Amino acid sequence: MSRAEPPFDDLYREVILDHYRRPRNAGALDVPTHRAEGLNPLCGDEVALELVVEGDTIRATAFRGRGCSISQSSASMMTERIRGATVAETRRLMELFEAQLTEDAEPDPALGDLEALHGVAQFPVRVKCALLCWKVLREALTPIETVDDR
Amino acid sequence: MSAALDAARLRADFPILAREVNGHPLVYLDNAATTQKPRAVIDALAHYYETQNANIHRGIHALAVEATEAYEEARGKAARHIGARAEDVVFTRNATESINLVARAWGDARVGEGDEIVLTIMEHHSNIVPWQQLAGRTGARLRYAGIDAEGRLDLDSLRAAIGPRTKLVAVTHMSNVLGSVTPVAEVAAMARAAGAAVLVDGAQSAPHLPVDAPALGCDFFAFSAHKMLGPTGVGALWARPGLLAEMDPFLGGGEMIALVREEESTWAEPPNRFEAGTPNIAGVIAFGAALDYLRGVGMEAVHAHERELTARAIEALSRTGGVTLHGPRDVEARGGVVSFTLEGAHPHDVSTIVDARGVAIRAGHHCAQPLMRHLGVAATNRASFTLYNEASEIDVLVEALDEVKRIFGRVESRTAV
Repeated sequence: MSRAEPPFDDLYREVILDHYRRPRNAGALDVPTHRAEGLNPLCGDEVALELVVEGDTIRATAFRGRGCSISQSSASMMTERIRGATVAETRRLMELFEAQLTEDAEPDPALGDLEALHGVAQFPVRVKCALLCWKVLREALTPIETVDDR
Repeated sequence: MSAALDAARLRADFPILAREVNGHPLVYLDNAATTQKPRAVIDALAHYYETQNANIHRGIHALAVEATEAYEEARGKAARHIGARAEDVVFTRNATESINLVARAWGDARVGEGDEIVLTIMEHHSNIVPWQQLAGRTGARLRYAGIDAEGRLDLDSLRAAIGPRTKLVAVTHMSNVLGSVTPVAEVAAMARAAGAAVLVDGAQSAPHLPVDAPALGCDFFAFSAHKMLGPTGVGALWARPGLLAEMDPFLGGGEMIALVREEESTWAEPPNRFEAGTPNIAGVIAFGAALDYLRGVGMEAVHAHERELTARAIEALSRTGGVTLHGPRDVEARGGVVSFTLEGAHPHDVSTIVDARGVAIRAGHHCAQPLMRHLGVAATNRASFTLYNEASEIDVLVEALDEVKRIFGRVESRTAV
């Protein structure tokens, strides 16, 4: 391997491939309270997200989608991480997740498994893959107002 | 390999092929998207700006005369490349603009409510969207001919799609996804029997096959410079002799007029009627240099070389476990565009990983979403060849696919199918 070989071990971490092969929360919810879907028109990646939000807490999550390992593992890990979180916490996670992809910052421990996608920051053309489900999440939560209580 | 084409020697004419990507020699297999440019084309751009730069068709001074001559000489070369006359060739920005020109300048005047435009399911978006827009303006309908299991145009389905209301049949000459070559002469005969005109999208054929547009029996033939060693921003449209003169302009402005009065104007003769404003003069002249280069190699030799590469790629990829090929197996019925999918790995992941070995291939829907839906895939990978590609580059691609399989952990038992 040459010196300039991109860091694949950083990009295709085992946890990413695991979520890609066996996506968690795949499917639809019986009675979602919030939903949204999104598409990356240039590459065809798709994510449709459904949530049950009770009070200020996300109680249930599900997604359907197709696309590359980065877009689909991001959705799988995201639906795991935000289940049980408050909407305000989820919005904070959105910022932390975006920061680890667009800034040269260490991932915040609060991201949990989602930290595995930090390696995507070194592949700028793939960043939009990792962000697709988060854009969809942002849209799904748009009707809910929160106070930033940090 | 054709005796007439020595790819290893030709490579020396393309400066970019000497560079490395991610520490590996560049293996450029995305020629259906755009080809690299030979030194002669790059030099032609600089030569024009350094020695001839002037606006064309309006100046009396020496530079204007020289620039105009060089520009018109390139028109002659573009015409010669497709067996046509210079006066029947219009320069545009790209093949997309050529097709839009026909949709506006020909379609608006001749297509009405209830009329039909027949396309094929394997068209590039550039040969779909302008017709959807025309249908939206006029109330015309679109009908689609299908393809067979190997990805060749289904002529029975085309025959069924053409009817008494068909005004135009618009087909690709060579699919940018499947590589299938359309039997245009048969298509044109069918269309003509129904009184319909024929537009051929030659963006993929003009760079790779010998083409005689008038002999194809079509009315319009669109092609693009940057896919055939020329610069970006230059395309061309050929129309059957006499047809351009029957058409109103596409864009209005300078150069396309005869007389302008306060309230109305009269049009210049074709092809100038369709070249409003200052065109990409340097680009057109450099396109002429690209056409000279192709002529020097010979389109028969280019086609023969690419056929050999295609056969090798099909053979090597079909031996690679987990690979599904999309497109005809018979290399006589296709060009050098090979689409494939690898089981268990999305095309974008495949493309990212092979890029690390310096291999440039396309991943995505290739601006052919209706075809992707028809094939039942979200995206494919695509390797596409041109005259400077070598068999060894296909080997590099296939080896890089092994790396994809290693990362995505395919088990060998799944390769046995």
